[in-house]
Amino acid sequence: MKRQQVTVTNKAGLHARAASIFVSEAGKYESDIDVIYGETRLNAKSIMGLMSGGIGQGATIVIEANGDDEEEAVDSLVALIESGFDEED
Amino acid sequence: MIKEGIQASSGIAIAQAVVYVKQELTAEKKSIDDVQGECGRFSQAVEKSKQQLATLKEKTASEMSEEEAAIFDAHSMFLEDPEFVGAIEQSIKNDHINAEAATQAAVDQFYAMFQAMDDPYFKGRAADIQDVGNRLLRNLMGIEIMDISHLDHDVILVAKDLAPSDTATMDKVHVKGFATDVGSRTSHTAIMARSLEIPAVLGLEDITETTKNGEILIVDGITGSVIVDPTEEELKAYQQKKEKYDAYMAELAKLRDQEAVTTDGHKVKVVANIGNPKDVDGVVRNGGKGIGLYRSEFLYMNSDEMPDENKQFAAYKTVIEQFKDGDGVIIRTLDIGGDKKLPYLPLEDEMNPFLGLRAIRLCLSKPDLFKTQLRAILRASAFGKTRIMFPMIGNVDEVRQAKAILKTCMQELDAEGVDYDHQIEVGIMVEIPSAAITADIISDEVAFFSIGTNDLCQYTLAVDRMNQNVSYLYDPLHPAILRLVQNVIVQSHKKAGKFTGMCGEMAGDPVATLILLGLGLDEFSMSASSIPQVKKIIRSVSYKQAQEIANKAMTMSTGKEIRQYVQDTLNQLGIEVM
Repeated sequence: MKRQQVTVTNKAGLHARAASIFVSEAGKYESDIDVIYGETRLNAKSIMGLMSGGIGQGATIVIEANGDDEEEAVDSLVALIESGFDEED
Repeated sequence: MIKEGIQASSGIAIAQAVVYVKQELTAEKKSIDDVQGECGRFSQAVEKSKQQLATLKEKTASEMSEEEAAIFDAHSMFLEDPEFVGAIEQSIKNDHINAEAATQAAVDQFYAMFQAMDDPYFKGRAADIQDVGNRLLRNLMGIEIMDISHLDHDVILVAKDLAPSDTATMDKVHVKGFATDVGSRTSHTAIMARSLEIPAVLGLEDITETTKNGEILIVDGITGSVIVDPTEEELKAYQQKKEKYDAYMAELAKLRDQEAVTTDGHKVKVVANIGNPKDVDGVVRNGGKGIGLYRSEFLYMNSDEMPDENKQFAAYKTVIEQFKDGDGVIIRTLDIGGDKKLPYLPLEDEMNPFLGLRAIRLCLSKPDLFKTQLRAILRASAFGKTRIMFPMIGNVDEVRQAKAILKTCMQELDAEGVDYDHQIEVGIMVEIPSAAITADIISDEVAFFSIGTNDLCQYTLAVDRMNQNVSYLYDPLHPAILRLVQNVIVQSHKKAGKFTGMCGEMAGDPVATLILLGLGLDEFSMSASSIPQVKKIIRSVSYKQAQEIANKAMTMSTGKEIRQYVQDTLNQLGIEVM
């Protein structure tokens, strides 16, 4: 299992566009991937699950993956969030 | 079959009907035995929905932009979502219920979850889930999804009523006219029709039931009638009438570059009302030299989130630059509340929204939101003559408060070294009777008035213009309205350099033109398509004649009497009005 904490920096948070990019990326990996936000554990491959978390700008989340490609999965998802999803201001 | 309705937008259209019905979808709950089959039916509906969304996305991307197409991607992802799809499959398998009921339950569950969120953005996504859910349900039930955004031939759109989202997405090349069950001259559908310059007859009561898809329909927006499935003779007669009308419009088009001046040299401004920068084309085509009402709320309504300062600045600047050599642009600050809502700005439900927290009241209660807009307008004012107009002013204190916030914005921009028009004129929209009656008091604080007759009539006459039971009482020529209009004009003219305009529907009504001209109105602002006709009327009389007509009308006791008198006068003067 691999876990890493990351802070959402893009302005709109994990909203439709960012959430869909995130879910697509998560879908590339075999591992089970969860996003842990406060008390709730969300399925990183489910756009509805993810969006239902209401993760806005400034939220700190933990990405946790379990499986053969857990390393790559967590690294790439953390990098994606840190990139701010290339949002324009 | 001839049907009479409300004449909402002039012109004649002849085309096949498309009956646009938004069917209520009710998923009846049934027990099923064949779980395998039901799951198969569900997957088929999912696949079909995905295909439809892919097609929609492709078309939107090529005709509009990638950005606007992205929403369909988000919808597709809902259909691939393991939790959403999984929940539906689980309840088919475990509860032995039909796919429709299982889908409805999952949609309701996720809808409620999003709806309950505090963040207005996520709250707004609840509508997307419902959209996808409805698509799935329609595909499960075999109900065709009516898509009016891409048509392959000319049509008349027949509907109960059209929502802003319908008119925004519809195929504007092929929709040649509107015929609706409900609506009035001032409803959204009517305003859209006039701004798109297509004929519309509304309030036909049961046109969606009496018309079949594909039937030929004649929409006569000149008289306000619709002919369903016309005979050969009717078709011929209307084709001739259409030609005559088009010729009349061609004659009006020649007035494009002429001034709005009376035969004895009294000049007025004839300008346009717009909602979006793209409406500017129609204004220029019709010879409008300025904007008397830029409804800034459309910028907010057509957006998923609060438009920021830069986005607003860009939109205002585009319009302002177009008219910098003309009469300039009056930007009305955000007019939200009442019947206009924003998905990302939650407002309390009110018992009486039209008497509630709307327009300037809302802006004064949310200074940050207001300041963003004022800063954007100020910055844009560096690029051409700009005026600011505050809507729904009811007393002079509100003007002072709004101006104080404006002043803060100016000081901020000064400190930041940003350029703007330091002499920018501030005015108010007169739509509450108290403002019209106290125009003498308010005129000390403003450079101009613009009379918004739609709301002024509604508030003065206590008539909901959308309520068909009382809409007959809605009359801009009611003596009470004319007296208020007269008072505002007279008071503004008592102070040097101040003027009164009108941006309500009345300003574009040919029957009101002579009276308004005679009362001394300085600026007429209307839908672009009304400009040529109003200009023609103004150019046909002397100011002296118009004053006499107005004086006479002011002595009359009912709107009906006044209307008859003006119509007779137009006939006597030989002024043809279509």
